[in-house]
Amino acid sequence: MKSNGKPKPRFTFEDPERVKQIFSQYPDKKSATLPLLHLAQSQEGYISKNVIDSIAELVDCHPAVVMDCVSFYTMFYTKPQGRNIIQVCQTLSCSLNGADELVDHVTDKYKIKPGETTADDRFTLMKVECLGSCGTAPVVQMNKEYHEDLSKQKFDELLESFE
Amino acid sequence: MNTFKPVLTEYIDQKDCHTLPFYKSIGGYTALEKVLTMNPDDITQEVKDSNLRGRGGAGFSTGMKWGFIPKDSNKPKYLINNADESEPGTFKDRLLMNKAPHQMLEGMIIAAYAIGCHTSFIYIRGEFYQEYKLLEQTIAEAYDNNILGQNILGSNYSLDVVIHRGAGAYICGEETGLLESLEGKRGWPRNKPPFPAIEGYLQSPTIVNNVETLSCLPHIINRGASWFKSIGPEKGPGPRLFCVSGCVNNPGVFEEPMGVSLKDLIFDRAGGIPDDKQLKAVFPGGSSSAILTANEAMDVMLDFEELVEKGSMLGSAGIIVMDETVDMVQACLNIARFYAHESCGQCTPCREGTSWLVMMLTRLINGDGKPGDIDMLLEITDNIGGLIDFSKGSFGKTICPFGEAVAWPVRSFVEKFKGEFMEYLPQEKVVA
Repeated sequence: MKSNGKPKPRFTFEDPERVKQIFSQYPDKKSATLPLLHLAQSQEGYISKNVIDSIAELVDCHPAVVMDCVSFYTMFYTKPQGRNIIQVCQTLSCSLNGADELVDHVTDKYKIKPGETTADDRFTLMKVECLGSCGTAPVVQMNKEYHEDLSKQKFDELLESFE
Repeated sequence: MNTFKPVLTEYIDQKDCHTLPFYKSIGGYTALEKVLTMNPDDITQEVKDSNLRGRGGAGFSTGMKWGFIPKDSNKPKYLINNADESEPGTFKDRLLMNKAPHQMLEGMIIAAYAIGCHTSFIYIRGEFYQEYKLLEQTIAEAYDNNILGQNILGSNYSLDVVIHRGAGAYICGEETGLLESLEGKRGWPRNKPPFPAIEGYLQSPTIVNNVETLSCLPHIINRGASWFKSIGPEKGPGPRLFCVSGCVNNPGVFEEPMGVSLKDLIFDRAGGIPDDKQLKAVFPGGSSSAILTANEAMDVMLDFEELVEKGSMLGSAGIIVMDETVDMVQACLNIARFYAHESCGQCTPCREGTSWLVMMLTRLINGDGKPGDIDMLLEITDNIGGLIDFSKGSFGKTICPFGEAVAWPVRSFVEKFKGEFMEYLPQEKVVA
């Protein structure tokens, strides 16, 4: 759809009931900003300009205020990501227990550095700060799930299980 | 080592320990029943008398915090459960949420009742998705059994609990950063005063308590303040979840009385260091605490007061062990990089200073260090966190304690392992 001279394409939530439920939980509209951003990202994969405009309208503020929020939090992506996001914790306890090797393994095997996505969109690799699971280091978050106590071999098997 | 019986984690190895039927079978929600017949002020007094101090990091008296809620305010009151666990080396709240979510919820209801709150939030870090889904079930179970909602357990008291997910910002564990985030903004800490108890969420009186702190409450109600106070040092008593990670054979969460010896924790509970390597240094209370050398660590009890005397802090009780093979300059860079990434960017000394630390440490490691660099590292920590004089408790160049949280550990690395930093300087420059 071209937007020149025509109404812009709009983003709409697939689950309006869930949106209603989110608003019902808070005493004010703006508190719903983060939950709505999470919901939109789970639907779209990232936060587009259209998402920001729609949420700004829903929570009754300027889109810049929502953008301010999006740019602050590392979990919100402003660009499309690979189908699977590999997040390797790199903070001290994980680093002392081999996290760097896990990052190198992905780089060697799939030819992507941290911050990059494979050409087939299968994986995006990220180095992240403390995931709060230092007792089972090294830890990798694959999409939403934690995988703990990873050896290089276990990590490799894990990667293979993602299409 | 001792005869202490775990309090918060007694049942975590049992099957279905996270469910309501299990929790009820071990006497769960009897403290709530008792509380609902009590005067809220008496509950606050009981918690004050127990000397319970916050388990999130700052160690402030929980009962005293509740006592700051204005009695004459007609605004709604809010209780927020801080489940944003993000301090490197700390992973106890995640365990409590996974294994004893009803214990935490009971604590929340007790705290909410005591401060007169009818809507309470759990602010959980965004990455804890599994725990978020589990807590949704916990809360649904509670609603279905009249433990949440209208007229809880037949009383006149009503409470709703809402789970709110963060989105990957360490600073949102700082209570005013958390409040901003909950209000749908970037998590920039607020200037204090006013403290949240006076003006918190949506300018209403608000109490922010940590998961572990709240989990202690049912036990204090059931067994009494004097029982709680009898565990460990009187000024900061109670059971405590110590997290041990890094270079140890058996990392994990160990529940011990406050004041346990660090040596026992590392060499007994956590199984010592792999391959019998020597201990080099330890973070005693999360990455924001000053590190202890092996000698210091062998002779310290994990108690609020004693660690302050030793120039560090108990913080979140996240213990990170470093053995003799760990390069202290690399470890320092790892921690500095964490803080540079997580600095919220509001205050110039912290935003700029943390990046400078990373750049200078990187330069040093790459062999491009200059003779004055090591003194300059110390100077930068002073610029971020104030001229640190523990005896005078000198703080304050940034709005929140993040400035000190980076200055303390970095300074301790440089001061206690200066030789290793010097070794990275190119040889000819050292001579000059």
